[in-house]
Amino acid sequence: MFSTVRARIILIAVLLLFCGWALLPKEGPTGERESALKLGLDLQGGMHLAVEIDDPDGSLDAAAKADAIARTLTTIRNRINEFGVREPTIQRVGAERIVVELAGIDDPERAKSIVERTAFLEFKIVRAGEEFRRALPRIDRIIVREIGAENLEAVPILEPETPAGLPELLQGADSANAEQDADAAADTATSGAGPDTATSGAGPDTAATGAGPDTTTAETGEQELRPLTALLLESGQVGQFLVSEQDIPTAERYLALEAVRDAIPRGSELKWGVEPIAGGADSYRTLYVLEDEPLLTGEDLADAGPAARDPTFNQPYVPFETTRRGARKFERGTSRHVGDLMAIVLDNKVQSAPVIRQTLGRRAQIEMGTGSSLQEAQDLALVLRAGALPQPIRIVEERSVGPSLGADSVRQGKFAFAIGIIAVLVLMVAYYRVAGVMAVIALGVFVVLLLGGLAGLGATLTLPGIAGIILSIGMAVDANVLIFERIREELEDGKTPRTAVDTGFEAALSAIVDANLTTLITAIILFQFGTGPVRGFAVTLVIGILASFFTAIYVTRTLFMIYLDRRAAGAPINI
Amino acid sequence: MRLFKDAKYSFMAGRRRAYIASAVLIGIGIASIALHGGLEYGVDFTGGTLVQVEFNEQMNAADLRSVVEEAGFAGAAIQSFGGEREYLIRLQTFEEIAGQGEVERVLDALSAAFGEDGYTVQRVEAVGPKVGSELQRKAVLAILMSFVLTLIYLAFRFEWRFGVAAVVATIHDILITFGFISLVGIEITLGTVAAILTIVGYSLNDTIVVFDRIRENLRKKRKEPYETTLNRSINETLPRTVLTSGTTLVTLLALFLFGGSVIRPFAMVLILGVLIGTYSSIFVASPALLEIEEYGRRRAKAQRAHAAGA
Repeated sequence: MFSTVRARIILIAVLLLFCGWALLPKEGPTGERESALKLGLDLQGGMHLAVEIDDPDGSLDAAAKADAIARTLTTIRNRINEFGVREPTIQRVGAERIVVELAGIDDPERAKSIVERTAFLEFKIVRAGEEFRRALPRIDRIIVREIGAENLEAVPILEPETPAGLPELLQGADSANAEQDADAAADTATSGAGPDTATSGAGPDTAATGAGPDTTTAETGEQELRPLTALLLESGQVGQFLVSEQDIPTAERYLALEAVRDAIPRGSELKWGVEPIAGGADSYRTLYVLEDEPLLTGEDLADAGPAARDPTFNQPYVPFETTRRGARKFERGTSRHVGDLMAIVLDNKVQSAPVIRQTLGRRAQIEMGTGSSLQEAQDLALVLRAGALPQPIRIVEERSVGPSLGADSVRQGKFAFAIGIIAVLVLMVAYYRVAGVMAVIALGVFVVLLLGGLAGLGATLTLPGIAGIILSIGMAVDANVLIFERIREELEDGKTPRTAVDTGFEAALSAIVDANLTTLITAIILFQFGTGPVRGFAVTLVIGILASFFTAIYVTRTLFMIYLDRRAAGAPINI
Repeated sequence: MRLFKDAKYSFMAGRRRAYIASAVLIGIGIASIALHGGLEYGVDFTGGTLVQVEFNEQMNAADLRSVVEEAGFAGAAIQSFGGEREYLIRLQTFEEIAGQGEVERVLDALSAAFGEDGYTVQRVEAVGPKVGSELQRKAVLAILMSFVLTLIYLAFRFEWRFGVAAVVATIHDILITFGFISLVGIEITLGTVAAILTIVGYSLNDTIVVFDRIRENLRKKRKEPYETTLNRSINETLPRTVLTSGTTLVTLLALFLFGGSVIRPFAMVLILGVLIGTYSSIFVASPALLEIEEYGRRRAKAQRAHAAGA
């Protein structure tokens, strides 16, 4: 096809025009002119996140997981739309993973928290806590039984200032005595001569019966070990205890025990406060006793925001509006609890627990702690509007590149590209003269085709992609070199220029095809294997191989045809 | 200009020396890998966290280390990255504690010590162990698949002998490249694996050009030993081999020198790969073809002798 020179030139010109057009800057969706080449996250700066449903005990079955993934995808989409990122990529990869790619964001940590946050909101009444207080001794016993008294040594037993409630204090005094007794008993036990043994004589059997009183002392000891109570400080507020920051991991370990969870009074649950409370040199967190049934959850919200700052308390807050159904629920709930505290629980942490001053209805607001910034309040409003995630999620991969590093990479890549092209140009012209000039023209066409192809296919240019382009410039001339060398050989064999050129192209073809096809195979494997940047590299390689194949065979051939036609008949060719 | 015009080097005669050279190179590489206790994998494959930060002012590595260690990351590796202001902080771990990931905790510590505006985060790579092992599996699979597919292709286009010889040369290249990676202390990342696969492609490309000429010369059925045909083919393609390697190397050199620090290890691996790939298509792939041929001939002879004896 297109055997005449004119037809060949037209085809090449059309392709060049098409690629050139594809490379022209386009009007972006925002109206500004954008480069036609889409830059990858590593070049324009941005963040790549991979998240999965957090299901450590594998309690979700496949269907539940698939459902959770689908809903999570929608929620994350909504949130990112609200957040306002240009051309975000939010897609499901494989069965269990969601990949979020956000280009050109300047605060990746903030974007991350918006994606990651479950944003499960509940309003719960703070309980008086008496019931829980009564259950404490039993809980302590359970902890001792579950963990074993010998493993509790790190915990200071009975600090005098601990549970300061009156009954506890009395009991504490009792147990302090009992503890002394127990210590005494332990001492006698270690000395190996209990009073029993002394009276009934020595011997292995008696030693066994001697275990009797030991067991009883151990029991009284158990009562005196108060692992959880020892960690709880009275806060002076209804249904709230304080726990020193350093004791939180220990307390969490106790509360995570199955048996302990069962022992917490029915209808109550414990939740940590989100803000640390400074008390002297130490820092504390509040442990709230809440009703487990919420008055209202995030699902009942119709709208949230805009966030604002309370001028009197300098405290940010997020106003919200409930649905009609939510309003009825809220009215019913709050009317019974005027004067009580209502905890605002977000992702299982208590944000604040204000007093219910009157019955609440359609409109109310979430008061954030004084330590929160207005931006945090705005982000909270955003995630509340977009809705909660059905399940907590976990980030399994995070990659981000700052915009300045990306810009550096582009600048350096362009420079290396220019230097590389000039170097190849010099080498080819020095080595092949006129034919070298043809190779350089072909190389120019190659570059336009490669870049235009990348732009036309909407491929993303990444840093390894730039490396791929530069590499393929070096390799693109390979086909020309193969052909030129062959033509030289044919000329040496005494063929006329025209036949030498024809045979040269034909004979070199098989090597070019084989070499290009094997490289194509590796490039396709790279594409399959790679994510993001590596994929970009593979794409440039594939387009580069196709473009170089075309330019070497077709464009150079055309140039040779022109050259042969213009040359004086019988004159030698310059190769 | 014309290089290697009518070159008549007898490459095959020197193949024993080439074997020794290759064995020494591979040996050094394996020794280096063994001495380093294996290859150094990046966070892509081991899972872990890498944070690249640029400080506004010059920063002492020891100061930075103490800040990071105080934040609870005793095993952190601090590495200067092209200057006194830019550092890589590398952690073996990737997990969330109290809803805060490694990255957040490191950055909190940096903000506390050097101020929120005292530094810029240039790059974060945090990979969970699950993703890491997935990527590892995929990388191994990709390299194996590229072997199998090219072997099939070559067996189809040429003969099985050519395929085997090409794969021998490719394995040779990969072994030397891994040795070099270990010697220079480049981490194995996704980029490194991409570079290795590219080397596989380049080396095959080079080998195939020589093999194509061997095939062509074999078809001409000259009355000459196999070895002579191989030598002739290599010599005939020598100008092309050198020139193409040359143009590829100058572009890679441009990339290495001017492409920036992120791409530099990638360019370095590719440069070595092109050198090794060129060497191996002459000194490994073609000799391998000769050995296979001679082995086949010896076996055929032995079989004939056996048949005659029986």
